[in-house]
Amino acid sequence: MFLITADRIRPVEIEYAQAGGFVIFEGKVRNSHKGRQVVALEYEAFEEMAVNEGQKLLDETQEKFGLIAATAIHRTGRLEIGETAVWIAVAAQHRREAFAGCEFIIDEIKKRVPIWKKEHYAEGDSGWIGCEEQKDALSGHE
Amino acid sequence: MTIRVKYFAILREQRGLDEESITTMVSSVSELYSELSAQFGFTLDPQFVRTAVNGDFVDDDHLLTDNDEVVYIPPVAGG
Repeated sequence: MFLITADRIRPVEIEYAQAGGFVIFEGKVRNSHKGRQVVALEYEAFEEMAVNEGQKLLDETQEKFGLIAATAIHRTGRLEIGETAVWIAVAAQHRREAFAGCEFIIDEIKKRVPIWKKEHYAEGDSGWIGCEEQKDALSGHE
Repeated sequence: MTIRVKYFAILREQRGLDEESITTMVSSVSELYSELSAQFGFTLDPQFVRTAVNGDFVDDDHLLTDNDEVVYIPPVAGG
């Protein structure tokens, strides 16, 4: 199950008698990025496609690592420091595939699920991650 | 033809709209992006933008059909 929610993430109960390894990852809002002080994040999703892509990713991961179950929830809207932006739970027979599957899911969410992140800085300015840097890269700035 | 375009993140801000209907003479999704870029001053280079038509990712040379829903996807940054 892949969910997008504008509300605070509430972890989902997962229990499988055949699973010996459960890995839960929580991605939280951190107070800095590349040396700048961050005061809040804003997430935006193309919801219908994010849910489709996210579910495809979970299905692929389950197949690839032989998982018993995989679930992910991603927040949208404005998040303050310390809030959970993404929550992932993976169940597998053994810990190794549970750890690997969970890491694969978060890595792939960052690469291919249509969700965007804007950082708000202490100085009052803000920027879309991955969108402003490439502009600078092309014009030859840091 | 008429195309429904949806905007997200930096493109939504630069356009100042969530979505709109565009009447265009161009034929491919990349040509439409160039047209919109020129008109609205998008700063994202097309090489960093992916395109979805009617909910599926497509190639840059994908041809538009009347009433398509097109979404230009800036670099994603979930997690």
